[in-house]
Amino acid sequence: MRLRVRYFAWLRERVGAPEETVETEAATVAALVEELRARDEGHALAFADLRAVRVALDEELSDLDAALAGVREVAFFPPMTGG
Amino acid sequence: MPARVQREDFDLGAELAAIRAGRSDIGALVSFTGLVRDTGGLETLELEHYPGMTEKALAAIEAEARSRWPLQACLIIHRYGRLSPGAQIMMVATASAHRGAAFAAAEFLMDYLKSRAPFWKKEAGAAGARWVAACADDEAALDRWGITGS
Repeated sequence: MRLRVRYFAWLRERVGAPEETVETEAATVAALVEELRARDEGHALAFADLRAVRVALDEELSDLDAALAGVREVAFFPPMTGG
Repeated sequence: MPARVQREDFDLGAELAAIRAGRSDIGALVSFTGLVRDTGGLETLELEHYPGMTEKALAAIEAEARSRWPLQACLIIHRYGRLSPGAQIMMVATASAHRGAAFAAAEFLMDYLKSRAPFWKKEAGAAGARWVAACADDEAALDRWGITGS
């Protein structure tokens, strides 16, 4: 499947791009993360500490164990700091 | 009233006046304004957000507040972009017949959006730039509303 993967805040800076298109067979977010972190040093750094990473699937807050079936957009970002 | 995500500043007085305009059933109008606070050497605060998800998240937060308290009005305005020390970052306003619901709903909106709306703050100053870390207390603040942390 083809996914639009987006990055925000320091994940964007570490990856070096705000988004990318990813062709993957990963069944879960965690499996996708494993594929992404193997891409290069920037991705590895972005996903070095998963406790500091939040994920949204199609603009809804989700988690690393979530399934990717039917998902079009995955976003990774640090804990939110609005307000 | 939909939540607003905007680069421009807002006029708190005008927003509150608009909520009150032409009605006499509101007994309590509570507002909160978040400001860019300088704790030493801050030059700018950059607010990044996730367009699309931000609007959805704020609408969900507002709907949740309306389901919990009898609110006659509920408004969230949150800015993004580059802000200077002292600038307004965001506001919430809640109107109800009595102050209890208005205060509680305003506090709920703040607690909820701090860790559920996709905004990130980056501080820049003479010493360089750094992303503001989420506060453990912010996550804990959701517990008292019966919302489990992520």
